[in-house]
Amino acid sequence: MIELRGIGFRYEEHEVLRSVDLTLDEGELVLVSGRTGVGKSTLLGVVTGLVPRFTGGVLTGDVLLDGTSIVEQPPRERAHLVGYVGQDPLAGFVADTVEEELAYGMEQLAIAPETMRRRVEETLDLLGIADLRSRDLRTLSGGQQQRVAIGSVLTTHPRVLVLDEPTSALDPTAAEDVLATITRLVHDLGLTVLLAEHRLERVVPFADRIALVAGDGSIRVGPPGQVLADSPVVPPLVELGRLAGWEPLPLTVRDARRRARELPPLVAPAPVAVRESVPRLAARGVTVVHGSHVAVREIDLTLSVGQVTVLMGRNGSGKSSLIWALQGTGRRASGTVDVDGEDPAALAPAQRRTHVGLVPQTAADLLYLETVADECAAADTGAGSEPGTCRGLLDRLAPGIDDAIHPRDLSEGQRLALALSIVLTARPPVVLLDEPTRGLDYAGKAELARIVADLATHGRAVLLATHDVEFAAHVADEVVVLADGEIVSSGPPRRVLAESPSFAPQVTKVLGAPWLVVEQVAAALAGGAR
Amino acid sequence: MTGSAAPSSGLPRDLHPIAWWTWAIGLATAASLTTNPLLLLFVMGSATVVVMARRSGHPFGRSFRLYVWLAVLTVVLRVVFRIVFGGQEVGHVLLDLPEVPLPDWAAGVRLLGPVTSEALLAGLYDGLRLAAIILCVGAANSLANPKRLLASVPPALYEIGTALVVAVTIFPQLADSARRVRAAQALRGGATSGVGRLRRFLVPVLEDALERSLSLAAGMDTRGYGRSGGATRRERRMTGSLLLLALIGICVGTYAWLDPTAPQVLALPMLGAGVVVAALGLVSAGRRVHRTRYRPDPWRTPELLTVGTGLAVAVLGWWVAHTQVVVAYPGVDVAPYLSPAALLVGVLGMVPAVATPVPASSPIRREVLA
Repeated sequence: MIELRGIGFRYEEHEVLRSVDLTLDEGELVLVSGRTGVGKSTLLGVVTGLVPRFTGGVLTGDVLLDGTSIVEQPPRERAHLVGYVGQDPLAGFVADTVEEELAYGMEQLAIAPETMRRRVEETLDLLGIADLRSRDLRTLSGGQQQRVAIGSVLTTHPRVLVLDEPTSALDPTAAEDVLATITRLVHDLGLTVLLAEHRLERVVPFADRIALVAGDGSIRVGPPGQVLADSPVVPPLVELGRLAGWEPLPLTVRDARRRARELPPLVAPAPVAVRESVPRLAARGVTVVHGSHVAVREIDLTLSVGQVTVLMGRNGSGKSSLIWALQGTGRRASGTVDVDGEDPAALAPAQRRTHVGLVPQTAADLLYLETVADECAAADTGAGSEPGTCRGLLDRLAPGIDDAIHPRDLSEGQRLALALSIVLTARPPVVLLDEPTRGLDYAGKAELARIVADLATHGRAVLLATHDVEFAAHVADEVVVLADGEIVSSGPPRRVLAESPSFAPQVTKVLGAPWLVVEQVAAALAGGAR
Repeated sequence: MTGSAAPSSGLPRDLHPIAWWTWAIGLATAASLTTNPLLLLFVMGSATVVVMARRSGHPFGRSFRLYVWLAVLTVVLRVVFRIVFGGQEVGHVLLDLPEVPLPDWAAGVRLLGPVTSEALLAGLYDGLRLAAIILCVGAANSLANPKRLLASVPPALYEIGTALVVAVTIFPQLADSARRVRAAQALRGGATSGVGRLRRFLVPVLEDALERSLSLAAGMDTRGYGRSGGATRRERRMTGSLLLLALIGICVGTYAWLDPTAPQVLALPMLGAGVVVAALGLVSAGRRVHRTRYRPDPWRTPELLTVGTGLAVAVLGWWVAHTQVVVAYPGVDVAPYLSPAALLVGVLGMVPAVATPVPASSPIRREVLA
């Protein structure tokens, strides 16, 4: 139905896509995958028409819809054919309330009022958001916003839906809701969906085909089992399948569980010996109140030397509020925080930084200078450390970053590493990270896991908040789950993660507790073979 | 029209924003035509009563308090200015402050000096007048969603209207991002004074704003904003020249009207012609924009009543100002009083508090539901 023919795209000297051919059939869900920065969003942009109009660069080749070329049409003239939802739905909202937002696209297309009224109601029901109809868009949760954004492009009855990372900012449950909605559209309405996502573990079971953007400008398209066999980015399930030599590769937990019976009996990993823990940060009865809303309710938390604590929970469960309160900038309503005998909230900002370091959700908020070298120098003078301290940290965290590069041009992972080095320059014994895995692909996350482990071995107490179950399984010494501002469970990951149906990593779902990550299985298999 | 005869005018719904704005402008007009503090207090009171009764549950509905503070500040500033920059020489001296001698080039400006009760009262009346106007605008803002108002502009102005809507939306986001960046910058060392500090704060905020605007523009574009309605080149040229002509006509007409030495033939006739051509141009431009409106606010009896109230208050206020000058502009040496007509001006503005339906998103109604 939609056909990309010989698409090429390049910025001045950098070639992003080269002679790409891709045909999307009616009622098909095609997943665009690949490492960050290889051109996944560019490929989507070619279909919506935003590339090259909003990005610059030179586009060659042709885009056909039902045999007619639409490559010359700007996005607005394709609005009735192609629906697009960007990475941050909130940034794309035009209206105030859910109902008006759903109607906006139809107003632009001059659809008759009676039809608009009917379609808004139908869409509200289809996406299960009827009870939100008059809500302010800004008060919705992330998953609700994403569903409203999808609904608002559906009302114009497009033929193709293009989604750029629809679940990357969502907690596991909200992501499942959104994906269930998308599959329902594909199955019931025969909608064609083109979707980019790097959390493959979430979307692979729903994909009909995968288009793997290789990074050299070419793409490889095929059924998931075939493409994932040698893809550089794969979900843990496929990793497990590769390891065990299963053919065809399992794509759903159900498949894998059936195959897992063939595995030789494995010796379960021994529980990690509880180390003598030296508390670094002790919080007692911390409460944070925003207006009349209690964000964090009387939480007790201890962060110990050399331990990584992972904070999990739904969007809006109080993770960020807790992190900012522990750092001292966020105001607490009551409770005490103690870092080496001092309360960070009572200190001046400069001293606070030497007690608790925090990397906020948007790491870019920390950066303001033109080059990496300038940023590092400013961090050194700001912290009163020897020149070169920050750069040294950066080289340890993410080696090989050019001094003269603009921080905005770094990849997400590199930018995070830079922000982290700046924070670490003040040598805080406690490091807090708020959602550091946003926008990182599997390689980026592996790198981050190494960095976090490195911080812990250097004696720092680390707390990080994340939605990413697989990442948590890799790094956590202890997991704390928040709900509605209270701790609902805490303890070692093999207990907490395995207990919860929504927070269990894929390997646990297949093999049961205490298995958490593929590496454990690999070690056990190797041990069994010996 | 059944049911609309009931005093509370039937089912809860939002009143048309234009009705609220006409009412508010009517009240503001009446307020601008008087300095009688009693009358001004009555006008402010009726605006407040209506806001309290018919405020919407929307975030804008909570903005009235801000306007109240702004109004109070205005009154205080006017009075303080009268003290600082001196008042009339004559009158009852309340406080004999020494005058600050100023150099010759500042001749005509007085700093401090004796404070008379007349000067204070004049400042107070003047401040009250401004405060009443501010409060009326604030009332309109918290009663009618400004975005709905912008959305009901004629089709030709639609694109400008949308740009304004977006600007209104961006503001709270900018405040959010400023707060976020401020907190984030406290997490690192670096420049702590002067330009460096400003830069630390501004660069990330502006980058963020730019990125947001781009993604909003992309979002709007993919949803069909600015689709061409299929106008031919000739039609577009026609629209363009009509609007240009109108602009020239209105400029020349306004100039001639304001400048008494210009030939009067150019004044009102030219202005009128300009307005007519502008209307034609707008109609022609509107034909180019092809779009529909989802659930437009209806225009019914409560709207007519509200608009009628606003107009009546304005006309009555004008009549009082011209026929009962002593009531409308009381001297500062006698106690102000109200005539029956002036009292009517002050009280009539309250009619919409009972004549309009309860807004669909009323905070009061929400509490009842909860």
